[in-house]
Order: sequence, then structure tokens, then C-alpha cells
Amino acid sequence: MAQPSSRVARQLAVSQRSRVRWSQAATIAGFLLPAAILYIGLVLLPVVQAIYYSFFCWNGLGPLEQFIGLANYVRILGDSAFRGALGHNLQIVVLSLAFQLPLSLGLALLLRELGRGQAIFRTIFFLPWVLSEVVTGVIWTLVYRPQGGLINALIQAVVPGAPETAFLADPQTVLYALFVVITWKYFGYHMILYIAGLQNIPAEIEEAAAIDGCSRLQTLRYITLPLLGGTIRLSIYLSVLGSLQFFDLIWVMTTGGPVGASDTMATYLYKYGFQRFQLGYGSAVAAILFLICFSFSLVYQRFAMRRDFE
Amino acid sequence: MKARGLSLTLLFALFVALLAACGSQPAAPAGQSGAADAPTTAAADAPTTAAELPTPVPIPTEAVASVGTGATRIEWWHINTQEDQRAVWEEMANAFVAQNPDVSIEITVLENEAFKAKLATAMQSGNPPDIFQSWGGGVLKQYGDAGLVQDLSAALQEDGWGASFSQGPLGLYTFDGATYGVPWNAGMVGFWYNTALFEQAGISAPPTTWTEFLQTVQTLKDAGITPIALGEKDKWPGHFYWVYLATRIGGREAFERAYNREGTFADPPFVEAGVRLKELVDLEPFQPGFLGAGYGDHQAVMANGQAAMELMGQWAPGANGGVAEDPEAYEATLGWFPFPTIEGGAGDPSDALGGGDGFAIGKDAPPEAIEFLKFLTSAENQRTLVKAGMAGTPSIVAALDAVESPLLREIFERASQAKYYQLYYDQYLPPAVGQTVNDATQALFAGTATPEEVARMIEESAAFELQP
Repeated sequence: MAQPSSRVARQLAVSQRSRVRWSQAATIAGFLLPAAILYIGLVLLPVVQAIYYSFFCWNGLGPLEQFIGLANYVRILGDSAFRGALGHNLQIVVLSLAFQLPLSLGLALLLRELGRGQAIFRTIFFLPWVLSEVVTGVIWTLVYRPQGGLINALIQAVVPGAPETAFLADPQTVLYALFVVITWKYFGYHMILYIAGLQNIPAEIEEAAAIDGCSRLQTLRYITLPLLGGTIRLSIYLSVLGSLQFFDLIWVMTTGGPVGASDTMATYLYKYGFQRFQLGYGSAVAAILFLICFSFSLVYQRFAMRRDFE
Repeated sequence: MKARGLSLTLLFALFVALLAACGSQPAAPAGQSGAADAPTTAAADAPTTAAELPTPVPIPTEAVASVGTGATRIEWWHINTQEDQRAVWEEMANAFVAQNPDVSIEITVLENEAFKAKLATAMQSGNPPDIFQSWGGGVLKQYGDAGLVQDLSAALQEDGWGASFSQGPLGLYTFDGATYGVPWNAGMVGFWYNTALFEQAGISAPPTTWTEFLQTVQTLKDAGITPIALGEKDKWPGHFYWVYLATRIGGREAFERAYNREGTFADPPFVEAGVRLKELVDLEPFQPGFLGAGYGDHQAVMANGQAAMELMGQWAPGANGGVAEDPEAYEATLGWFPFPTIEGGAGDPSDALGGGDGFAIGKDAPPEAIEFLKFLTSAENQRTLVKAGMAGTPSIVAALDAVESPLLREIFERASQAKYYQLYYDQYLPPAVGQTVNDATQALFAGTATPEEVARMIEESAAFELQP
């Protein structure tokens, strides 16, 4: 009679286990559902919708009728204005990684050396990040203004009679002029990240290195920076994604001009999708932007950030 | 300790630099810097009425007022956010409701950009408001083609309503025999100039031909005066030049042929327009940094006598007066002359480029909405608008007697007598083509495209958007 009884027991166990699983699943679903609905409704669905729209020639009014396949994508990739915008994004990425992040890191290290007053300077450096992008844009537009702007006033105070400069009006200089503002706005944010990272490094390790005869530079190179690696990788990640999607500040200061010399993919998207009532085309730009950011995100997380999570 | 002292000094220097940057904000109110908003098209972004633009007080982007208690509800969206102008419209609504007790009117006041965004959403969902701001042209035609607005032709024929309008401006709302809206003010673009600076340069009379105009520019330059103010960051101020030149050179025929796809925007008149404009650009007549200057900067330069001329619509005096350091001096030296003629051009010298504000009626509006629109455009109410500074140049002929400024009277006369009244391209053409016109002309001002390339860029967009 061993067999039947064991079968009963097994069935009992199975049914009990499944009942347990069911109630567990219900709990999990109950907790996940609100977030999942929001995420699906506000993130996934619009993405799918935009991709769907991108196969149409559609002005946003009336029904979707004109299916044109991949024609929008072909037009985008063939448009020198879009390639220019993409180039500007990449330029901002490179400039940010080359100047903005080292500057932030340097300031964070400098601040650490400071005993008293650290909090004050931390606040001051963080201040630009607290300002809204629009406010920053308006202020800097005035700073750059050729008629009586701060920069011109300074130049003319040093070199009387110097011609008026208009960095935002010259296609050759506009992107660099904007990059100065971007740096001003965001270095404080990265600095705070680094400061937080530095605070997590136990002082004992650095002290031990010093006792073992490391110079300050060696300590920095072999102890501090490697221990800060996780923070640096995160800061690079945020900086690249932010640079790829950059919009507000540029829109306020130059609207992507003059002659598209400061267009980014996002300003291009706004101009072509909304101002021109080409929602199908704009959706295709959005899809490309999404694809670029998404693939960067996946690759970077897979190869650069994985060790930070494990 | 030495190192710490050094780093402190360094930090302090940075701190001072930051503060300097923050503190360097001149007196211009944010709304006028032209930087805070996103200008797209001429009529839509230019201040629509004389006194509207300079508002030092922050304005709410949306406000709703309900007038009357009648069962028939009219939903009305307008963009006159200034307190006194809102009051003028509300009073008119009150007066109408008093005569028509079964009607109630819900007024939504929206800031210009907010209005455009909200209207686009309403249109896309197929629920237009009953009465709403419109500038006519291709944008309105798109709504008409989609059946989202009502054809007012029948109503216009009753009681001489249609005949009471200045006909050129009314034509901006008419397409293939259907009229989708009516203007409540209208004017035209021309050169506003500073008489004192002209005198200083020894110029006795304003130029009448393009050759004379170029000479005038050179004379001003020789006298050390910046000849022209231009906010080309916003693009639409510059597109006036190219469009006016095309209108002078090719006339109505060239534009209509290109628009109806019998001809193209790459035809000789449009290339020639670019060539002529390049003649002007090559003289470098604009204030330094004009490519990065918004319309707000443009206004400030002009209002404070830092440049001698601007090509702008009828709203310029009111708009500039508000940003002038000395408004009286600005007004005292104000002059106006029409866009110069081109020797041998096909266009009539009277042809005018212009536009103004209007109202359109949404598809689901009750018949009372049309009655209300008739009421708003009565001669009496038009005079009220003129006096309130909301219609510098009215759209109703009978209301001209309320216009005091001789310059504005001249503009009204010229606009109503124009043999051909051309709406700004960036409003008349479909939005995509309009934006391309703006982008392409900006490239001409920046020297990054040839006249041929400009014409071809516009034609490419037109060929795509204007397919029958």
C-alpha cells in the first residue's frame, strides 16, 4: 500500500505547493500590477506606437492612411541635417567625457582636501544644476549677447575697441559656446556623485598606502581612482545618455541654429516632427534616437557596468 | 597649509566668476528676450496686436472665464493674455450674452505657444473649440480639408457681413470658394525706419527701388550707422525679405503656379529673389550677431535707435514702444515706407505681404457661434479693438475712422488697395514647407547656401508636401 499512499501524499504536496504558489503569485501580481500598468501604458505602449507611426506619412491630423514602409528612415539617414545633428550629439559626448567629467572629478578631489568650507563650496558648485534649464539658457544668452553682454563687456574692458563677438551667432563657434554652458550647468552634478563616491572609500586604505610609502599621486592613481571606478562608470553612463538626448538648453539658447549648427537629434525631432506637422517622420527620428540610446545602454551595462552590480 | 590656501583662492575665483554670470542679467524681461519661447512662424509669433507684446508681469498660460448661463454653450479660445485685452473680449462676450440670454460663452485665454500646442491636440482628437484664434493660410486650409472647421461662405453673404471686410485680408481665410474664418485685424509688412538716423546719414527721402535701397544701406553704413535690425535666430523676420522679393519679381502668377504645382519654387523668380537678397546680405547691413539674435533682441536694437531700419509688420511700433528706453523719442522718429520695387519685376508695386489675427469656427459649433463672430467683427466692436490697441489696423473698412496714427492709416490703405495680398509664406504654405522657407532663407543670411540651393530646398519640400 506504499504506492497509493505515497501518490496521495505527493498529490497533496503538489496541491499544497501550487496553492502556496498561487497565493504568492497573487501577492506578487498585486504589488507589481500598478507599476506594470503605468510602465506599459506610459513607456512601452508609446514606444511601440511611435514605431508604428514611423511607417506612415502622417501629419498628426486625421486617420493614418499613407503607409510608406521604411521611407521615413531612408529620408532621415539621407538628410545631411540629421547627420549633422547626430554629429553634434557625438561631439557633445566626446567633449563632456574629455573635459566636463575630469573637471568634476578634479573639483571633487580638491574639495576633499578642504577641511572647513567644504560644504559652502559644494553648495556653490552644485547651484547651477539646481537652476532650471530654461533659466540657465536665458541667463547665458544674455551673457553671450553682442550688445552689452557680459563677455563682450569684459573683452572690451581688456581690449578697448575690440569688435563685438557673437559666439552664439557663428556656426563655427556656437557648439563650443553651448558646451561651456552645458559644462557650467552639469559639472556640479557629477561632482556631487564623485564626492559621494569618495566618501565611501575608507580612509584607512589610503592611510595604509601612505604609510607604505605611496606618494599622493600614486595613492590617487592606484587606490582612489580604482575604488571610485563604479561611480565614474555611472557618471559616464549618465553623461553619455544625457548628451545623446540633449534638448532644453539648446532650444532656449539657439533653437538649434544658426543654420542647424547646434541641432541635436532631439531639436531635429522637435523641428521636423512637431513644427512641421510630420508626426510620422518625427516618430521615425524618435525611434532612431531610442535605438541609439537603448543599444548604448545595453552594451555599456553589459560590458562596463556589470561588475558594479555583481 | 600653503596648498590649502592656494586651493581656497582658486575656488574663490571660480565662485566670483559664477556670481558674475548670475548677476549680469540686464533689465529686459524674460518674455521679450525671445529666448524663452520657441518661435516658429511669422504671424503666430509676432505680437499680434499693438500693445500685446511687452508684458513685464508674468502671464498665466491658461485662464478660463464663463459668461452667461444659457443652455447653448460656445467654447472660445483666444490668445490675448494681457489683462486689459482679456477684459475687452470679456466685455464683448457679456454684451452678446445680454442680447442672447439662451447663450453662454466659456472663454479660454491661452498664451500663444500654449495655444498652438493645445489646439494641435484638440484638432488631432477631432474636437476643435467652437471659436478659436487663426492666422488663415495653409494651416487653416489643412483643418478645412480635414473637415474640422465650418465653411462660413453662406453666412458671409447675408446682411453684407462679407462685404464689410477689407477684402485682401479676408482672402487669407478663403480656399477654393470656402471661407473658414474671418480676420479681426490685418496689416502688412514694410520698412519701419528711424527718421533721425536717416537725417544723420544725409538721406532725404526713403528709397523706392531696390537699387536705391541698397544705396541707402551703403550710405548708412558709411555714416557709421547699423542699417538694419534683424533677429534671424527666429528665422521668420528674415523670411519676409525673400518672400517680398519673390513677390516683387515673380508677382502673383509665379507663386500661384508654384503653389498649384504648374510651376516650381526653383523657377527663375525664386532664384532671382535669393540673388537679390544676397546683394543685400553681402553689404553686411545687420547688427553684430544677428544670426543669434531673437526677435526680442531685434526689437531692442530698433527701439533704442541702434539700427536705422527693420522690415516688419504693423505691430512693430506698439511692440517696440514697450521695450524702448525712451518710448517718446522712438515714436517721434518713426517713419514707414513700403518694400522697394524691383526694376522689371512682374509683381505690381501695390502687391503686399501681410497678415493678421482672425477667428475660425470649429465643426461642432452651434449656429450662435457664427452670430457671435458677426458681433465681434461689427464696426462698433472693431473701433473698440482699435482704441484698445488690439487692432492697430482693423479688418473692417468702416472702423478705419478710429485709427489715429497716420502711418497705420497708410498701412491700412495700402493693405486694402493691394492688387495682390500675400500672406506670409510660413503661414500660407503647409507647415513643413513654411519651416523649410524659414530654414533655407536663414542659410542665405548665414552665407551657407547659394540662391539656387535655397530655391531647390524649398522646392523639394513643396514637391513632397503639395502633391495633389
